[in-house]
Order: sequence, then C-alpha cells, then structure tokens
Amino acid sequence: MTRTHCPYCALQCGTRLEVSPQGLTVSPDEDFPVNAGRLCLKGWTAARVLAAPDRLTSPLMRPRPGTAQRPVSWETALDHVGAELRRIVRAHGPDAVAVFGGGGLTNEKAYTLGKFARVALGTSQIDYNGRFCMSSAAAAGSAAFGLDRGLPFPVTDLASADVVLLAGANVAETMPPLMQHLAGADLIVVDPRRSATAERAALHLSPAPGTDLALALGLLHAAVVEGHLDHDYVAQRTSGFDEAWRRAAEWWPERTERVTGVPVADQFAAVRMLAAAKRSYVLTGRGAEQHSKGTDTVSAYINLALALGMPGREGSGYGCLTGQGNGQGGREHGQKADQLPGYRRITDPAARAHVAGVWGVDPGDLPGAGPSGYELLDSLGRPGGPRALLVFGSNPVVSAPAARGIAERLAALDLLVVADFVPSETVRTADVVLPVTQWAEEDGTMTNLEGRVLRRRRAIDPPPGVRSDLWVLRELAVRLGQPGERFPDDPGDVFAELRRASAGGLADYSGIEPEYLGSTMDAVDAAGPAGPAYWPYPAGGTPTPRLFLERFAHDDGRARFRAVGHRDAAELPDGTYPLHATTGRVLAQYQSGAQTRRVPESMEADGEAFVEVHPDTARRNGLTEGRLARVVSRRGATVARVRTVASLRTDTVFLPFHFPGAGRANLITNPALDPVSRMPEFKVCAVRLEPLGTGATTGSGEL
Amino acid sequence: MNRIVIVGNGPAGHRLAELLRTRDPSCAVTVLGAEAEPAYNRVLLPSVIAGKLSPEQTYLTGHDSGTVTVRRGVSVTGIDRERRTVRTGDGRLHLYDQLVLATGARCFLPPLPGLTGAGGDPAEGVVALRTLADCRRLEERLDRAGGIVVLGGGVLGLEVARALNDRGHGVDVVHMGPHVMERQLDAPAGKTLAGVLERLGIRIHTGRAAASWTGSRLVLDDGTGLPADLVVVSAGVVPNTELARAAGLRVGRGIVVDDHMRTSDPRIHALGDCAEHAGQVSGLIAPAWEQAETLAEALTGGDRPYTTTRTVTRLKARGVDLAVIGDGNHDLPDAEVVTLADPARGQYARLALQDERIVGAILLGFPASVAAVSRLYDAGAPTPVDRLALLAGRAVAGRTDAPADLPGETVVCRCNNVTKTALVTGWRSGARTAEALARATRASTGCGSCAGAVDGICRWLNATREERDEAGDARSGDAGGAFAPAVNPQQPDPQPEPQQLKELLVR
Repeated sequence: MTRTHCPYCALQCGTRLEVSPQGLTVSPDEDFPVNAGRLCLKGWTAARVLAAPDRLTSPLMRPRPGTAQRPVSWETALDHVGAELRRIVRAHGPDAVAVFGGGGLTNEKAYTLGKFARVALGTSQIDYNGRFCMSSAAAAGSAAFGLDRGLPFPVTDLASADVVLLAGANVAETMPPLMQHLAGADLIVVDPRRSATAERAALHLSPAPGTDLALALGLLHAAVVEGHLDHDYVAQRTSGFDEAWRRAAEWWPERTERVTGVPVADQFAAVRMLAAAKRSYVLTGRGAEQHSKGTDTVSAYINLALALGMPGREGSGYGCLTGQGNGQGGREHGQKADQLPGYRRITDPAARAHVAGVWGVDPGDLPGAGPSGYELLDSLGRPGGPRALLVFGSNPVVSAPAARGIAERLAALDLLVVADFVPSETVRTADVVLPVTQWAEEDGTMTNLEGRVLRRRRAIDPPPGVRSDLWVLRELAVRLGQPGERFPDDPGDVFAELRRASAGGLADYSGIEPEYLGSTMDAVDAAGPAGPAYWPYPAGGTPTPRLFLERFAHDDGRARFRAVGHRDAAELPDGTYPLHATTGRVLAQYQSGAQTRRVPESMEADGEAFVEVHPDTARRNGLTEGRLARVVSRRGATVARVRTVASLRTDTVFLPFHFPGAGRANLITNPALDPVSRMPEFKVCAVRLEPLGTGATTGSGEL
Repeated sequence: MNRIVIVGNGPAGHRLAELLRTRDPSCAVTVLGAEAEPAYNRVLLPSVIAGKLSPEQTYLTGHDSGTVTVRRGVSVTGIDRERRTVRTGDGRLHLYDQLVLATGARCFLPPLPGLTGAGGDPAEGVVALRTLADCRRLEERLDRAGGIVVLGGGVLGLEVARALNDRGHGVDVVHMGPHVMERQLDAPAGKTLAGVLERLGIRIHTGRAAASWTGSRLVLDDGTGLPADLVVVSAGVVPNTELARAAGLRVGRGIVVDDHMRTSDPRIHALGDCAEHAGQVSGLIAPAWEQAETLAEALTGGDRPYTTTRTVTRLKARGVDLAVIGDGNHDLPDAEVVTLADPARGQYARLALQDERIVGAILLGFPASVAAVSRLYDAGAPTPVDRLALLAGRAVAGRTDAPADLPGETVVCRCNNVTKTALVTGWRSGARTAEALARATRASTGCGSCAGAVDGICRWLNATREERDEAGDARSGDAGGAFAPAVNPQQPDPQPEPQQLKELLVR
C-alpha cells in the first residue's frame, strides 16, 4: 500500500493505492484530515488514466511539417529539439523561445521549469495556466494581506464555522469532499446559477454574470449602513477603509439590486448572517475571479471581510479556493512570468541576487518579467513573438480563451514541443511529443489549497519509454550547453535546492527537512515534529497553519482595503448577441478533460458538451431539450447539447469547458484581460443561440 | 488646454469632473460649489436621517489629481457669455472654454403662515430637506421634538417619515393628492402603501393641505390641528435656473438641453436636476449620472447621445418594499396587465406588458421579485411565461425527485454518479447497510450529502425484504423488484415511504 494524494484538484485528497495483478486501485485515506475518507468520482477512478489505452509511451515527431506524428527514439527527439532551440535562439535571441507550464506540475517540476527557462534558455517568455485560474485572487490577496496563500488557515477550521459565504465557488461539484467541512455552516452562495452548492445554501444570491463586483460593493454598503462595521478592528488592524467606503457608498442596496438583480432584502440578510455569526468565512472561487475585473472583485470581497473584522482571527477569515492540484505551489516557485522561487518578484534586485546565487549564475544574466499567459500565447509566431514553445502540463487548445485564435498561433510556430502523458488536443498539434510520468509513477511534493506541502509518492513503475519531466528538462538543458548537475532529475535533490531558493521568500520552504518527505508509509504528508508543513516554514522555525493572527504581512502589519469601483463586463448583451454566456465545470470532468475524458465512469456521467438554457429561452430560440444548438459569440461558435434548466436565469446560458473539438466552450469566450492579474474573462461574454439539425455533432464525445 | 468650468459640486457635477479627470488629462476642470462641504451623495441622506450613516460617510471620492480644482463655498453670481467668464461671489472671474451648469434644484417651500421666516427662508423649526446642512439642522432639533409633521407624501417625504418613525418619533404625513406618491402609483397601490405605513405607526392625511403652523401645532385646511414641534417640508423641488435665465439661455421648467446636454449656447451645457431634456426634469440620480457620461464624452470629443433613462423608483424605507418600474400608472390600450392584490397583508403588484415585455410595474410587498422584473425591464427582454412565478420572485427550481415513483435512473450520489438502480443492484449483491452500500457503489463518499438518502433507500430495501420474508416469499434478496424486469407479477412492487424519501432527497 502506498499513501499519496489524488492527481486532480487543489484539495489533494489523501489516497491509498493498492497494487494487484488487476492493476492499481485507489481508496480514500481516512487519516488525511482534508478529505477524511471521502473521495469523488474523479479520485476513485484516477487509476484509469495510468492505464489509458492511448497512453503516450514513445516520443513522437513529424518528419516534416504537415506530416503525421511518428514514434522516434528519445535521443532523436531530444537532439532535434535541442538543435532547433539552439538555432532559433541563435537567429532570433532567447525570447524567441517560450515556455508554458501548468498548475498540476509538482513543486519540483514547476521550480525546474522556471529555472530551465531563465538559465538554460535565458528567456523571459514563461508563464503557466494558473494565470487562467489563480491570478486574480493571488493579486488581490497579496495587495490586501502582503502575502497570498489560498487558505490562510487549515481547511478543517471551516468545520466549526457558523456562516460561510462562497462567492463564485461551486464546491459541491468541484471539490465534493470539502463539503463535509461546510456541513455545519449556513452557506451564503453567490452564483448566477442555482448550482449544486446553491441548492444547499441557506441563502442563494444570484447576480447577473459580470456584476459580482457591484454585489460585493453593495454588501459592504449594506454592512456599514446596518451598523456591522467592526470599528476597533478596522482602526487597529487595517488601513484604507475610508477610500474603499467612498466607492462602496455609491452602491446603496437599491442600486445594487438594479444592476445585479439581487434583492435588497437578500443583501441585508447576507450581511446580517455574516455579522451575527461568531465564526464566519468569505471564500472566493473562479466565478468571482475569472473576469476582466476579477482582481477588483476579490478585493471587494476582502474589503467586506475586513470591514466585518474577519481575517487574521482564529475561526474566521477570507480565503481563495485554489483550483488546480498544485495551483498553490505552482504559483510560488517561478513558472509565473514575474516571479522567482519563494514567491519572489523577478524585478526585485535582492530576489534576483539570492536566486542567482542558488543557481550559480550571474544575477544580471537572469531575464526580467515576461508577458502573461494569454498575451504570451497570443504573441506566438507573430512578428517579434516567440518561434518555439515548450508546453508542460497544460492543454491550451481547450483551456485558453478564444481558443480558435490560440490554435492558429500554435500552428504559426516553427517548433511546438509538448510533454504530456496522454495525447491531449495540444499534443496532437505538436511537432515533438515527449511522453512523461504521471502521479502514481513519480515522487515529489505538492502544495494544496491550505498552503500545506504534501508528499506525492511513486506506487508503480511508469510504462517503458516514459521519462520524468525532470529528466527531460535536464537532457534538454545539457543540449543547450548547461552542466548536467545544474539540473538534477532526482526530486529529492530538486526539493533540497528549492528549499534554499525559497529561503527568506514569502513562501519559505527552507524548514521542511528532507526526512519529513521520507518514503515511510505512515507519514501522510510532509509532517515534521512540529506538525504538518504549512508554509512559511523557515529553517529552524515552525510551520504556519494560521497566518496573520498577530499581524498581516505588510511592513506595517496592517491589512489594506483596496478602493475599487464597479465596471461593466468587457462585452454586454446587445441585439445581435442578446444573452450572457458563462462557463464552468462539472463534477465528473477535470479542467480541459485530457485526463477525465479517458475515464469511462466520467464519460458516462457527463461525456459531451452541453449548454444549460432556461426553458423559456430555449423555446424562444427554437431549441429543444436533448437536441444540438450552436452558441455563437463574436469570436466563434461552439456546438452543445441543450439542457433546459428551469432554475437558470432567462438571460444566461452555461457551458462547461472540458470538451474538445467543435464543442469547446472556449471557442466563444472573451480574452479581455484583467488589468492587474491578466486573467481572461472566462465567466461572461455575449452570445446568441441557434438550433442545429440532427446531422450535427458536438465532436466532443470522442477522444 | 480645454478649460472647463462646472458650476455645482453635487453628485452630477462631481461625477462629470471625475469622468473628465480619468478620461482626458488635457482638460483643466474647475468645479465651483456653493456648499462648503465636500461633494456628497444625496441619495444617502435618508440613511443619515435614520442615524445609520454619519454625514461624512456620504462624501464622494475626492479628486486626487491636479487637473481638477474644486472650490467650495463659492457661489456663482453671473455668466458673461461673450467674454466666456463666470463671476463668483468672492469677486473672481473664471475663464471657460466650456461651461457646465450643474446647479441642481432647491426645495419648494409652500407660502404658509408661520412656515417661512424673514427673507423666505424656512422658519426656526422648519426643515426643507435637501442638503447635508439641512440634515444637521434636523438632527439638532430632533431631541426636543415631540410631534413631527412631514409635508408631502412623495418618495422623499415618505422615506424621511419612515426614517424618523423608525427612530421612535411620532410622525404625521400631510399630502395634498388623493393618495400618497400619486405621481408613481395608481390608487390601489397608494392606498395599500398608506396602510403599510400606518401599521408601522405613521399617520397619513391625504387630500389635505396645511393651512398654518403655530410653532407647536400644524393646522390643516379642515381645521384639524396636528402636534408639530418640527415640520419637515418635502413638497417638491424647483430647478435652479436663475443663472441660466439671467445669461439669456433657453429655460423651460429647467435649463433646456439637447441630446448632448448642450444648452442654447453651444459652449454651455447643463445636466442633472437643473436640466430639462425632452420636456423632462428628472430629479433622480441615475439619469444625472448617465447625463454625466454623455457630457464627458461630448466634452472630450466623443459622441454618446443621451436618451431618456429607464427609471426604477425604489422607496428606501425599512420594512417597506416598494418599486415602481417605468411608469407604474401607465394605461396603455393594448397592454396586457397582470394584477395581484392582498391589501390586508400590504401586497400589491401590477405588471403592464406589451409584446411580452414589461413597460411598467408596481411591486409593493414583493421584495424577491423587484430585481428580476427591473432587469427584464432594463434589458427590454421578454418576460417568462409564468408571470406568477416571476412575481413570486424565485424561479421554481426544476427538482425531479418525485417521491413515490423515483425513477431508477435518478442520480442519488452526484459525486460518484450513483443511480438508484445502482444502489438497488449493490443491495442485491449483498450490501445491506449504508456503509456496505458506500463501499460497493461509492455513494455518499464524496461530499456526503446523500448519506441520508442512501441510508433511507437501504432501510427501505431491508424493510421490503422483511415484509416479503414474512409473506413467505422464497426469493429473498429480490426486493427492489420495481427496478428489475423479472419480478413476480403477483407481488406488488415495493414502494418507498413517499414523504420520507422525498425529504431525504431534498436534503
């Protein structure tokens, strides 16, 4: 039996793996407090992906552009990539090579990928899909508290809450095992849809898509008018309330109601519930964050929490529900365009000097900050843009906004290299494919949504022909003229280096001794004598399960209100595109679906692109339950099967984004970016609906 | 450089200055405000009166850039259109390339014996509510006030009456019209609203005019005397058009402007409560802010014509939920009208629709439906077919958990996609406890919320089996036959206890 963690979301549920002649079986770990014996469909069936029939087991290459991918040896593939990268860098400079990482990569992979880009390639052009996921909450959290850790408290603290406000988080579908910790609380769920989570809410607030910020401002207004402002806390522990209030003062309840559609009485009810509770939390998810004003929206929710005196008190607070498996660790160790390991800023001279020292290079040789995820992808193959792209752990053909344009950009590259374990849609467009290990085949660390460093353990050998990402990066680095020892491929060695690189940074891992990560079976995570490894965990210090109890991470120790005002979504419905479309997730599928679409149980539960439509809206547009519709925006059209949902707003349709081909929801999404976080506006765009004949297909039920 | 002078530092002038500051740094904006106070949000004054906000909490965001200069406590005494200057009370001249009049409006004070002092100002003990200073004057007198009379049963009058009544004061409202808020409400709505207010302790006197005030009693035109140490006047407002009139601009009820907020002088513009657009003087903040957008565009080279704002009037009074959407009174010959009245419980709804779209609505006592109706109105979107569901305010959630005949394909555990049939199959395979069913099917191992339903189904299956055993049925373990084709036709299908299972699933 091997104890490890689920390969999917940021809960990182503890699992026990048993190897038998029939293969590997997964069961939930009762001793890991985050899931305490619970697991959802995705976790139970995770072993299916290890044995996917179309698992990549050999490097693939196209002999010539336009020809089919063919198996080649590792030597051939790596030599080719090395030679091409050298040629492109020589001809066009290091920024002609770009790297795109993922929030599912282990800490060691994310760290090495960032180092590889900055040192072996010398490129500034690196970002990752966490930009589409965590960036708005990260920016708002850093601005408010001086530090961004998804939950600044153990997830089990939620179990004693009286009231929890979930803003744009459909936990019942996206993180089912978390629901056990929310069972005792009255939930206030903010979601335009009556989601599975909203069904369990004591109070469901249903703002029109794109108006979450107005609602958050309105809630602050209602809290102040009702006399719920925690004056002592605001005076002693925060700064900037007055300016934030002046913006919220413009959002009196009746105006908020008119813009958001949330009844005045419900606004008051929400703030009364929060204020009356002894222990309460405000948690945000992608629904609040994936907007061109996502950062401001999260700030407005943090402002509300601060006004009520919640953050930095045991038993209450603000948190962000991180999405991807290593969405937390992935944003701390240097695969983000503007960051170096330890959550350091790449523009900070001291940070550059420290990290360059660990890497044994001259700080002046490190590139500066590069463009953000969507901007990077959108610049590929354009004049002055990158000519080559290396993708690790991401499937942007399905997951990036305005997906048709992204596919065109990838096609315009001289060289596209993708490391993955299944032939994702992005893999299929690649010039070179490098087959790599996945979760149960590898060792490493992950950092879950509570900032707790966990141990991923190897239970089985990878298929022959498959290599680890760390090995691939070292082999490529060597071909780019780097000394091999600078790029260790042993995860333990990488972690040791990561600890040194992170030392003194915000996300300090230096106190996590290697023996805490030992392969002993009884250790469920990276727990040392001082308990589970919540960062910051400085060398010689102790872990930090709860942040901010004494002071916030800004120099003055205070949390900062951010004065934010509402603005419309980048695209509003009009006569031609009269409806809002919002995108999201379903329980049985994960992100771009590259993994879960290879799991029969997931396909049986939800195996095809669909669009939820109110019955009236369906009728007015000539749509029938179970038939196909085309959902058209200014950027493209997607095909989806109609599901009529009586609880939906009549002005809104919903599409999950997990499906490929003509059924990609991201064919219609709007790449309008948040000015601070550069998060694209996945959650709202304007569309129209058209019925489709019986001969049509979503093309998304296939692999 | 474009020199723009804005006369008036109210919400309209303030918003315009803010828009110009952020849109065009080449504009040098001077705001001249008569009040010494920073710009504040007039909409929030009822909250100040109710004691819920301090006066300072109504201040609007300060302009923190060098391109906007705000001079407070400065009144404008004249405009010289030829020299393009405005003169202020302190004797200074301000040159302009573009002039904006945002002079607002003032309260109408009925000419009654006792109500006005020397010079036409309100007498001691009389407050005409318009400014923060008025709120402070009111606050100063409240401690000593026994009875309070509010003159005027319009929106503001009723809001103030409710705010004072909520603070424990005895309040009488005197209103000349046949029913309160007659500009917005039809008679049944007005009467129902009066009933709601009276139940809250506010006395309403409609169809009556005030005749005089003695300092402690307000005498009505029928001779009735009301105790009144304090009189709050809310009898309408008068646009401040004197400057415009003196400058020779076209003035009707307000300063006449076109779709770009231009007056009869192309270098002079007006917006907000002082402006008359298409024959209308609005007096509400939403149109004023929209006009500011139009004017900011026009002054920075853009073009965004103003069209009449779709108005939604909300009465901001605790415990009273009233919205008037569009024209509540409007009687269109071909409109479909839906009404619902329960005056005893203070509820009245009236929806007027044309071509499936809402053209006007009154919603009193329907707090949950206002948002949905006003959004449909704003969007000009078709109304849901089920009008009563719309009035009920909550779209009916499409639950399919029919209790007695729950179909086999019903997903009981969403987290693991386990259907009722799968649970029955698991039970037949020997999983006879909820824990065993969880192990066999994974049901309830995700979020855990279906644990009750799984347990209920399990107990139902066990109970059915016992019944059959007692009935001497040899095929033990074949319960749940409703979901298997090979069932003994002599045996009635087992049915779950309807109510119980429904509750379990709803949970």
